Amino acid sequence: MKNVSKIIPCYAADTSGVCSALYELGGLTVVHDASGCNSTYSTHDEPRWYDMRSKIYISALTELDSVMGNDEKIISDVVSAAHDQEPEFIALCGSPMPMMTGFDYDAVADEIEQRSGVKTIPLHTNGMNSYIDGASEAFCSIVKAYAEKKEKIINGVNILGLTPLDFPLGAEKDIRNWLSYYNFECICTLAMGASLDDVRNMGAASLDLVISQSGLAAAEYMKAQFGIPYVCAVPYGKQFSKKLAAHMANVIKDEDSFSPFVLPCNGFPNADTVVIGEGVSAGSLTAALWADMKLEARLLCTLPSPSFFTANSGGVISAEEDIEAYLKETSPKTVIADPLYKYIVPHDTRFIELPHFAFSGRCFQKDMRSLINKNIKEYFK
Amino acid sequence: MNRANGLDKPCCVKIADADRNELFASGLEYNPPARGMWNIVHSGMLLPGAHEIFACAQGCLRGVILTAAEMLELDRLSWISVSQSDMFDGTLECDIIDGVCEIIGKLDRRPPVILLYLSCIHLFAGVDFEVIIDELTQRHPDITFVDCYMTPTMRQTVSPVSKMSSQLYAALKPLPFNNRAVGIVGNDRATDEDSELVRIIKNSGCEVRDITLCKSYEEYLLLAECALNISYIPTGYLAGDDLERRLGAKHLHLPARYSYDDLIDNYKVLCSELNIEVPDFSADINLAEKALKAAKEVIGDTPIAIDYTVVTRPFELAWLLYDHGFNVKHIIADSAAGEEDSFDKLCEKCPDLMIWSAANVNMLYEPEQHHEHMLALGQKAAYYFTTDNFVNIVVNGGYYGFSGIAKIAELMIDAYNLPKDRREVLKLKGMGCASCLV
Repeated sequence: MKNVSKIIPCYAADTSGVCSALYELGGLTVVHDASGCNSTYSTHDEPRWYDMRSKIYISALTELDSVMGNDEKIISDVVSAAHDQEPEFIALCGSPMPMMTGFDYDAVADEIEQRSGVKTIPLHTNGMNSYIDGASEAFCSIVKAYAEKKEKIINGVNILGLTPLDFPLGAEKDIRNWLSYYNFECICTLAMGASLDDVRNMGAASLDLVISQSGLAAAEYMKAQFGIPYVCAVPYGKQFSKKLAAHMANVIKDEDSFSPFVLPCNGFPNADTVVIGEGVSAGSLTAALWADMKLEARLLCTLPSPSFFTANSGGVISAEEDIEAYLKETSPKTVIADPLYKYIVPHDTRFIELPHFAFSGRCFQKDMRSLINKNIKEYFK
Repeated sequence: MNRANGLDKPCCVKIADADRNELFASGLEYNPPARGMWNIVHSGMLLPGAHEIFACAQGCLRGVILTAAEMLELDRLSWISVSQSDMFDGTLECDIIDGVCEIIGKLDRRPPVILLYLSCIHLFAGVDFEVIIDELTQRHPDITFVDCYMTPTMRQTVSPVSKMSSQLYAALKPLPFNNRAVGIVGNDRATDEDSELVRIIKNSGCEVRDITLCKSYEEYLLLAECALNISYIPTGYLAGDDLERRLGAKHLHLPARYSYDDLIDNYKVLCSELNIEVPDFSADINLAEKALKAAKEVIGDTPIAIDYTVVTRPFELAWLLYDHGFNVKHIIADSAAGEEDSFDKLCEKCPDLMIWSAANVNMLYEPEQHHEHMLALGQKAAYYFTTDNFVNIVVNGGYYGFSGIAKIAELMIDAYNLPKDRREVLKLKGMGCASCLV
């Protein structure tokens, strides 16, 4: 069965994706849920929780309020919290129970906005999808709400899809340094190390760099709304990050002649090394392994990813039994993946651990390191 | 001191101004990063040999799976994810049955018992859990299936922790009673061997049986021999009550108290049940008094903050400490239910004592406020009042009685003298469990 797992974890859920995406933007994010979502999120999906305050709460939904359809409770509680905490905006998302009762996020958000006078963004999660869905909707909504059309900044770049679920803490600094080194001007790193003012300025960019699937919907919106082209890749390694910078410069100069995707981010179909993970990130790693080490690797995307990344493996493969079967059938010599995939990797396969916070949470956080514009030879030798 | 002025929902209140029946208005809730309390995954792992299977939405699964991963027990937990369509296509029960059977087929060993957890949405959709358990039992007669519940939405009807404590004993089957076996039930840690409770039981010629001491499934099954079961924490009551109803074992609820008279009343009930004379507790009381006096000498007038996770009766403990000269200034608790006497005494004698909500949204910024140096009893107090000097136990820490009071007093001295690495300690889930984060 596709929805059964003997041992490997599931990825962080959509509610965590929302919270992670909006964490640093000064809003008040409410998960309509009894109790588990915030505990899970703040314990396992949010490494900033102890050191950086963010107004992320649950509604403490009860059985009675669910059954009676008492939406007034959450509305008045959110308005009260907004009064006390003066957030920049309010975001409202939810868990499985509100889905069961047919909770109307749009109507409730509208009501909250009217009563509180604070912009309120409904986000339609139900705790049944991956963090990518939640983060994607959150990023797109925040861009729609706040990004303004501005005069273009030559070589101005937005980074889209940056959360600790996919990147280690401090990744935003590595990206800024890399952009600066190649004479790009960083406008907004959505959303680590970014403010709502940075979001307002996003329309001034000449290019959006989408570094995870979570940022793609926002990039497509900005392309349609502001005419900003985008490229999907992460600047891993030394040589690939250099190649990516050149590709970005080309896209800025002549968007129509260059693809949003950088070869060989879709991997080498017959390679005997497999990289497992989210498409943009894992694909960029395959490109970096080739550019920096002349090592061919193929991709196994276990999360929603652009079809460019999944084409060589026949689509997204996310069920434990399917991943296990794929690895058995294709017999790779080496697998690069989060450590908790080790349980389903064939015993005679070399396994290189690459912790992914959205999968193993805090378990291997101390071993996480940024590969952005770094020498990766030592790591993957 | 009261920074609550001007807030719609203040996070603190002077005890003299508080309504003991509703300390704080309900509202949105904040989750502070103090992770020592156990959850239903930790509790389930107490049952030797058990395999846990959770059927629920991805968001709910995430927390339970990583709980198991962090406690190095990932191979004892499997899952079935539930999608939106699963809820409405009429396959709710058969999807779970098929999923469980598939998991059993893949396991490296055949577990003697499977704890099957369903979630709020299953109950809301009217799932027939009985049919699921019956069908699974028919297909796998050598395995005992226990219905378990991850239902936080229903927490005001029955708390998930309470229900889990009870279901942990659901795999017990009737055995002839052994009148020399006394069970202590409903706890997630063993009761201190030095406690009067354990001593009384043992001195009566009985042995103590406790799931926390069981090393094997066979040993666990012998808990059913206990003719008498004792619970002493609130969430353990249901376990004892259910065992009495199901197996006929007498249940005594002897709440962990911090009042001498109430403790002695507990012991009188116990001794009566065991048919023994009530011992003289003078020496035990002296021990507690000496320990409290020693702690007071060391700690002096250092302000003290107590939270509701450290003991099951924080107001009673606060009164005991106040009564022994300690400078108790803060209690973090959202309810004083069951502790009205202690609340009233504190209200009268120290009306300036502040009560803080544990989950109020306005507690978010409390760690950034300036706080005088405090001794904290409990992780949440340590976090909110930013002190590294804290007593690090949860739910009484397995301590009970006069000896328990003495040991908590000793822990207070240790906490006062030896600061802890607060951040590192607070991040560990399920106090006492193994952790990959250490």
